[in-house]
Amino acid sequence: MVAKAVWRPDIKELARIEGQKRPVESGHRLCAGCGAGIIIRQIAMAARKPLVWINATGCVEVATTIFPYTSWNVPWAHNAFENAAAVGSGVEAARKKLARVNRFEGDPDIELDYDVIVLGGDGGTYDIGLQAISGAFERRHKIMYVLYDNEAYMNTGIQRSGGTPFGARTTTTPVGKVIKGKPLFKKPIMDIMVAHGIPYAATVSPAYWNDALVKFRRGFETEGPVFIHAFSTCPLGWGSAPEDTVKIMKLAVETCVFPLYEVVDGEYRLTGPSVSIAKNPDRKKPVEEYLKLQGRFRHMFKPENKWMIEKFQEWVDRQWETLLKRAGY
Amino acid sequence: MSTPMVGWKDLPMAAVPFLSAKEYPTGEWAVFQPKIDESKCVKCGLCWMYCPDSVYRWDGEGVPVPDLDHCKGCGICAVECPTKAIEMVRI
Repeated sequence: MVAKAVWRPDIKELARIEGQKRPVESGHRLCAGCGAGIIIRQIAMAARKPLVWINATGCVEVATTIFPYTSWNVPWAHNAFENAAAVGSGVEAARKKLARVNRFEGDPDIELDYDVIVLGGDGGTYDIGLQAISGAFERRHKIMYVLYDNEAYMNTGIQRSGGTPFGARTTTTPVGKVIKGKPLFKKPIMDIMVAHGIPYAATVSPAYWNDALVKFRRGFETEGPVFIHAFSTCPLGWGSAPEDTVKIMKLAVETCVFPLYEVVDGEYRLTGPSVSIAKNPDRKKPVEEYLKLQGRFRHMFKPENKWMIEKFQEWVDRQWETLLKRAGY
Repeated sequence: MSTPMVGWKDLPMAAVPFLSAKEYPTGEWAVFQPKIDESKCVKCGLCWMYCPDSVYRWDGEGVPVPDLDHCKGCGICAVECPTKAIEMVRI
């Protein structure tokens, strides 16, 4: 069941609360201009209850807890790539059991009313952690799984993952005579997660912060497993300028490379700028505008590789048409 | 004899970081850092919202103040500022 009332975030109120609580402290060692830093702050802003944060291995885990420093002022646990969703399920199941037997009734130090958030990168979600997520969703645990998708294994040195898009240069799919970047397309992770029949799934771009916060809050309010696919620019791995992080996030939505939508009990609904693009197809920008800001796609702009941009555009159009049909446009 | 070793039962179950990251000055990484022109600022808070390092301190009323000890100088705030009130200056 999904709560009906829509929460309207007020930026001033959020700023006051963050100033007092500081859930994610400054001084973590994510790269300058990292998109994941914005995502973790927005998740903490959208929280309605205390959080228990389960973090799969990935950039966020590596950079925020370099011993002996930690950036987290919320209960936080690190686990392996494979079992992040399984640990989240365990925390949620233990909470239910402790509440049922009234183990800590009247204890002022123990708060059992909390939300469980599991954060994983694209390596931990698309490739390594997929079976744990599938299991957690099948068992209907009330966890929110957030995937921050920076489209390769960035913290180990930019290796390709299931989330790497077509044509992107990574260290394991270099541009040369035989292959020119990754020859394959991105795995349709949202379709896989929606196929589990979960009550709420959404795509989020932190650049559209209002839309993102409303979706995160709705994820917390939903009784049951929630999957949220957040788009995260990586200046290091994508070869983009650090100051263009938010600009690229916006362009990804405007070119329909990463459309914004939510799936409530199997029903697709477009949100934010994707609605206006669906109504006015003229507003859809060509993918070149998104590709040209990133060094990993630079080879596609050579005259002999023009077919790659066309192929990319064709893939984007096909995905967008499918989504429009599902959303009833 | 030396002091007895700590047994495994006395150790925590996992590595527990015990210092707050705010003691680590990531501001040393920066080449450029933001400087806000207070006369142009419309107090929309977008710089605060888009900062990946939670550097801006904003009470919702006045001009946001960047914490330059932790600002890595990415420049997202200067690009996203709707009135271009933020300038990145070399330090």
